[in-house]
Amino acid sequence: MGDLKNEDEILRISKLKKAFGSNTVLSDVDLNVKKGETVVILGRSGTGKSVILKCIIGLIFPDSGSIEIFGEDFLNIKQDEKSKLRIRIGFLFQAGALYDSMTVRQNLEFPIIRQPDYKKSDLSGKVEEMLENVGLAEAIDKMPSELSGGMQKRIGLARTLMLEPEIILYDEPTTGLDPVTSNEISHLILDMQKKLNVTSLIVTHDMQCAKLVSNRIVVLKEGKFTAEGTFEELEKSEDEFVNGFFKFE
Amino acid sequence: MSSTEKVNKKESKSTLKFKLPASLEEFFAKIAGLASFAFKFFIELLKPPYEINETLKQFFMIGYKSFPLVAITGFIIGLTLTLQSIPTLDKFGAASLVPSMVALAVILEIGPVITALIFAGKIGSGIGAELGSMKVTEQIDAMEVSGTNPFKYLVVTRIFAATIMLPLLVILSDAIALFGGFLAINMFDYTSLKTFLVSAMANITFSDIIPAVTKTFLFGLSIGVVGCYEGYNASRGTESVGIAANTAVVISSLMVILIDMVMVQLSSIIF
Repeated sequence: MGDLKNEDEILRISKLKKAFGSNTVLSDVDLNVKKGETVVILGRSGTGKSVILKCIIGLIFPDSGSIEIFGEDFLNIKQDEKSKLRIRIGFLFQAGALYDSMTVRQNLEFPIIRQPDYKKSDLSGKVEEMLENVGLAEAIDKMPSELSGGMQKRIGLARTLMLEPEIILYDEPTTGLDPVTSNEISHLILDMQKKLNVTSLIVTHDMQCAKLVSNRIVVLKEGKFTAEGTFEELEKSEDEFVNGFFKFE
Repeated sequence: MSSTEKVNKKESKSTLKFKLPASLEEFFAKIAGLASFAFKFFIELLKPPYEINETLKQFFMIGYKSFPLVAITGFIIGLTLTLQSIPTLDKFGAASLVPSMVALAVILEIGPVITALIFAGKIGSGIGAELGSMKVTEQIDAMEVSGTNPFKYLVVTRIFAATIMLPLLVILSDAIALFGGFLAINMFDYTSLKTFLVSAMANITFSDIIPAVTKTFLFGLSIGVVGCYEGYNASRGTESVGIAANTAVVISSLMVILIDMVMVQLSSIIF
């Protein structure tokens, strides 16, 4: 893994290591992601899948290794440059992370109006368009507390899309939702990929979601990726650990 | 014993020799954290872009919304201080000095300190809980990943508003306390407001007012810094929100008392 050398690769993670105290979470993570590709990260709970995403976006600083995004050494650039680069990367939090003192409209406007080159014309109709994309146009003036978990995740996705990111990192987008809503969110992710051609990195335990959206799946075990392939390839894997994600009794 | 074990034992001995107690280490770490947080506040305060709308909103939330509580407290302090002083001073035939004594006590010490302590309880805990809750629910992280500077948006605006609004609240509280004193005096004997104020201000000079007002800026700054620091650095989990709010009140109240002590000493040297 990580041996792909392609000009289309927009994310390159190499020899990533992270420990919290004596607990080594990531021991040797390598991953390359091509433009427009959707990669799903599978792994048991608490094995560091979300840590990988947070290292990529810069919320957690790894102990060693390198992360290259759009050809930039993300771990060694200045804060200002990092902020600019982050605008090109979207992050969908597990619980949506909506600003609970703001309405849905204010939540969606927030990232846009704080950009240095913001013009009022940037906003015209954009909030409504993004809400229509996620099927929640009627929620525009509601507070996050008035929305269900699934609706909050959809609004979170709409907010992520406001800055038109080229990469979106999804942290368990369907966790805690009923099967119908999970399916809706999975289809929404797929629609966004088709419509906007974004590159996606998805951490999930939802195999239906993984099957629907992934071009490639990587399996995290003991701090490193131990298996890689399409859903169909990994489904046939004889590895007991990998098999555990695909077989239900 | 192997050589590695010997080295380990030697190392642990030398570590023990210089190791501070955990609580003391925590104490110094917190002092250092607060100092660097305050330093970052001043750096970010001067750097554009300026969050003017959010700052105005915080002026309203921190200043205007604290006014009723501060006003009631100020009124009761002025009233009770005067009511308790009159019989005592009357014994010495110094009842005419009551307005002056109440004004000195309120303007120099009681007004600023009590208002700051009330402010620490209301605003310090509020900021600590609000930012702590935002931290726990990943709202601060969400701002960060969207290319917004959460420190500037959340912290700078709140500390700046606390620093500016507390002195204004203290001035209002002092005025209301004096009015309370005026009403208390009128319970015993009729005195006009003009006579009361002339008598109250007779012994107060600018050299009394300047240090009294200056220290309130420092009170506001310290309450803002501590509240934001505790909330912004809350760990994951709902319990940490309560801890952040509680610690913010305890530390900022202590800071108010300490700053007051230092400023009284300094002003006695300078003025």
